[in-house]
Amino acid sequence: MNLTLKIWRQKNASDKGKMVDYKISDISEHMSFLEMMDVLNEQIINLGDEPVAFDHDCREGICGMCSMYINGEAHGPDRGVTTCQLHMRSFKDGDTITIEPFRAAAFPVIKDLVVDRSSFERIQQSGGYISVNTSGNTQDANAIPISKEAADKAMDAATCIGCGACVATCKNSSAMLFVGAKVSQYALLPQGQVEATDRVLNMVAQMDAEGFGNCTNTGACEVECPKGISLENIARMNTEFLKASLKG
Amino acid sequence: MALDSKVPKGPLKDKWTDYKNHIDLVNPANKRNIDVIVVGTGLAGGSASATLAELGYNVKAFAYQDSPRRAHSIAAQGGINAAKNYQGDGDSFYRLFYDTVKGGDYRSREANVYRLAQVSANIIDQCVAQGVPFARDYGGLLDNRSFGGVLVSRTFYAKGQTGQQLLLGAYSAMNRQIARGKIEMFNRHEMLDVVKVGGKARGIIARNLVTGEIERHSAHAVVIASGGYGNVYFLSTNAMGSNATAAWKIHKKGAYFANPCYTQIHPTCIPRSGDYQSKLTLMSESLRNDGRIWVPKSMDDVMAIREGRKKPTDLSEDERDYYLERRYPAFGNLVPRDVASRAAKERCDAGYGVNATGEAVYLDFKSAISRYGKEQAKLQHITNPSEAKVYELGQAIVEAKYGNLFQMYEKIVDENPYKTPMMIYPATHYTMGGVWVDYNLMTTVDGLYCIGEANFSDHGANRLGASALMQGLADGYFVLPYTIGDYLSNDIRTGKISTETPEFTAAENEVKERIDFFINNKGEHSVDYYHKKLGKIMWEKCGMARNEQGLKEAMAEIKALREDFWKNVTVPGDANEMNPELEKAGRVADFLELGELFAKDALNRNESCGGHFREESVELDGLQKGEAKRNDEEYAYVSAWEYKGEPADAVLHKEELEFNDIELKQRSYK
Ligand SMILES: Cc1cc2nc3c(=O)[nH]c(=O)nc-3n(C[C@H](O)[C@H](O)[C@H](O)COP(=O)(O)OP(=O)(O)OC[C@H]3O[C@@H](n4cnc5c(N)ncnc54)[C@H](O)[C@@H]3O)c2cc1C
Ligand code: SF4
Ligand code: FES
Repeated sequence: MNLTLKIWRQKNASDKGKMVDYKISDISEHMSFLEMMDVLNEQIINLGDEPVAFDHDCREGICGMCSMYINGEAHGPDRGVTTCQLHMRSFKDGDTITIEPFRAAAFPVIKDLVVDRSSFERIQQSGGYISVNTSGNTQDANAIPISKEAADKAMDAATCIGCGACVATCKNSSAMLFVGAKVSQYALLPQGQVEATDRVLNMVAQMDAEGFGNCTNTGACEVECPKGISLENIARMNTEFLKASLKG
Repeated sequence: MALDSKVPKGPLKDKWTDYKNHIDLVNPANKRNIDVIVVGTGLAGGSASATLAELGYNVKAFAYQDSPRRAHSIAAQGGINAAKNYQGDGDSFYRLFYDTVKGGDYRSREANVYRLAQVSANIIDQCVAQGVPFARDYGGLLDNRSFGGVLVSRTFYAKGQTGQQLLLGAYSAMNRQIARGKIEMFNRHEMLDVVKVGGKARGIIARNLVTGEIERHSAHAVVIASGGYGNVYFLSTNAMGSNATAAWKIHKKGAYFANPCYTQIHPTCIPRSGDYQSKLTLMSESLRNDGRIWVPKSMDDVMAIREGRKKPTDLSEDERDYYLERRYPAFGNLVPRDVASRAAKERCDAGYGVNATGEAVYLDFKSAISRYGKEQAKLQHITNPSEAKVYELGQAIVEAKYGNLFQMYEKIVDENPYKTPMMIYPATHYTMGGVWVDYNLMTTVDGLYCIGEANFSDHGANRLGASALMQGLADGYFVLPYTIGDYLSNDIRTGKISTETPEFTAAENEVKERIDFFINNKGEHSVDYYHKKLGKIMWEKCGMARNEQGLKEAMAEIKALREDFWKNVTVPGDANEMNPELEKAGRVADFLELGELFAKDALNRNESCGGHFREESVELDGLQKGEAKRNDEEYAYVSAWEYKGEPADAVLHKEELEFNDIELKQRSYK
């Protein structure tokens, strides 16, 4: 395949940034999108220029590092995948592909396609954990039976990879799907219930403080989420929040 | 220096308890005055950071990713072992210990492995308390599966995302300590050297990967938890950023590097499809519980399949060679990884590979789907179910067990693995070698520790499935927090360690000089150009099978490649900004040295064991004909290499291994 790429180049956080066009040829449909980016970067380096910086690590859809906004969609046109799992067979010979960073006020650009998602870290530090001592004197694991259904649902929520596609794709830059998934995992399990009230209040407060927008129930996040995190989790967070607010 | 493993005296089963009863403790009030640096926040470093902070030490943790949650541990799919015997199938500490020592081909340290088996049960309790959503059965109790190399069900799992869930558990424990101010987290920071003062590790030099700034950090002890070096092969199942730099830098400063040639080649990966490929993807070994591995019996069928004239599903049972079941009737498809990998290579080398490159075998779920389907039909009281119904019911069970893996396969290969067998081939996966540590997990440098995949400790020459996660968490949650306390109890009066000393200045200058070299060297080849070349040498000459001539060639070729790298590499961009090419250059420079030591170690070990298969050392007759031949008389030792400049000049130290509680036997899975 021969392609034209329009890529956002921005030297650092204070640079203004602009779209730059690149031509690339001989792309195999079996390549992943990031392998195509590798080929492009090799080409740029051989011309003596600076390659495009982008975040990636596991390249198998689980670390949540890769974060590209491709043709106006977080992680590109394919459903239920991250950018590293997107394959070039989703594109056609002669296509023009626009590649931008995830854009949101709470995700400032660091360089080119790399953004700073540390706002997610701070939300989790505000309460996304169970306060248990880690030195190994806990009760036997089977002393806390958990119904298969609850365990499976908690697992579904816990599958979130913290990629931020939900934020990038939302017209309000809301982080509700991400935070909803975190809150849900703990809400569905018997462990850590004693601190459930503080947990949801603190996490929501931190989410607001980071400058994420509000949820207006558009549901774009669910559509773009590579891990199929469902809107149900936002509803559960809202219920938890309401319960907590009434108590608090 | 003579190697002292510091294994406590006394009977095996009491060593760890006795040890804990006799070590020096640090008073909680004094812990507040002690700083510990942890490099790496995967399962090992994350659990260690959280626990050390919980105990009261001030922890500074470093990771090159933007969050601890993205460490490579996140990718582990299959599960984590623990001797809980919840299934009542005869599991015990001893059996886990025995399986691990045997699986490692009797090249691990007995005392360490026994301790690992003992603390394994606590890990599950700890993780469940943290909210890790392990799989449950309908009664609400924890579910288990089995993994290669063992005959009991002791593996705990969370769908195909066990590593993710365990890491999120450790990460949440870290978050709690970060919120309390007990852990200072340095994301997007890379450790580039260790600083020794008076012979003790007292700090590190790190680069802020966003600003490019070179920073000095001091502490009373330094813990390396930086993961494995499988990326020395370029293509591997590791994350792209996984590297050997931290381990290699401490090696250059006096830490011995042990068993570098023990690399695990994982049998169930998606085969390579082209030259552009950047990494290989693992299909969890748990698939071997239900999948049957085969290639066609006849060469005609192989050709017909390769040319697209036949589909694998066209072949009847007796036209297929289920070679693992044939060769190893006791373990069948569940033989350990080294055995399964070599058997696949043997079939493909003999010409029976089923894809275009001839490097693939089938992993087939047809019989599992039909078995589960029939069982479900009975459970649901469906009499005379149609074949389609059985298939549908069976597929649902397989999907519940391995759905995300099947989806991943389909995304990459563009074929539906429920309908047609998966194609798999072995790939580099895990490194059993690493920094040498004693029973305390301390390296040969005082105050410098190494945990998780980065050390050499518990897996011997081969790692059984679901044991790496266990080791990482055992080290971090339950072993290091005790052993490091014993060391730090001597530091309660030391006070803050200054970073304004000649040692810090010298280390910083060294780091800066190297970076300046890269930025200013206007060579003609990219970093990847060298990394790919190195990977090719490693795979061809230090891969699944090795021989004397190949290893000698590899040593010479790697040295020549390294010399060319230092002349002709080019790194665009600046030093004082985010520069991924610069990061890669430093890592590949280290791989170019490690690779040579790897070959040297493989050359020295003239026996076959586990992940090290020397073609010169095979059983020639008897029941074990064609299997790997170990040589306990001459090689029952850990090879620990001391740095002396060029990797070829490294000096070998031997830690002789003693087996008092297990009899050294030929490893048989027949
Ligand atoms: C695809 C896959 C599947 C697997 N499945 C299983 C399984 O089912 N069961 C099992 O038991 N094992 C499995 N393993 C193996 C297991 O995941 C790893 O061995 C284990 O997670 C390693 O953990 P670790 O904490 O030692 O290192 P990692 O998780 O690799 O962590 C390394 C850390 O070090 C940091 N780091 C590295 N270098 C530096 C530096 N210079 N400066 C600063 N930070 C640095 C990184 O940022 C990271 O935080 C699997 C491995 C792979 C690749
Ligand atoms: S909810 Fe989905 S889109 Fe949002 S961070 Fe998690 S995985 Fe990514
Ligand atoms: S690189 Fe890890 S999810 Fe894409």
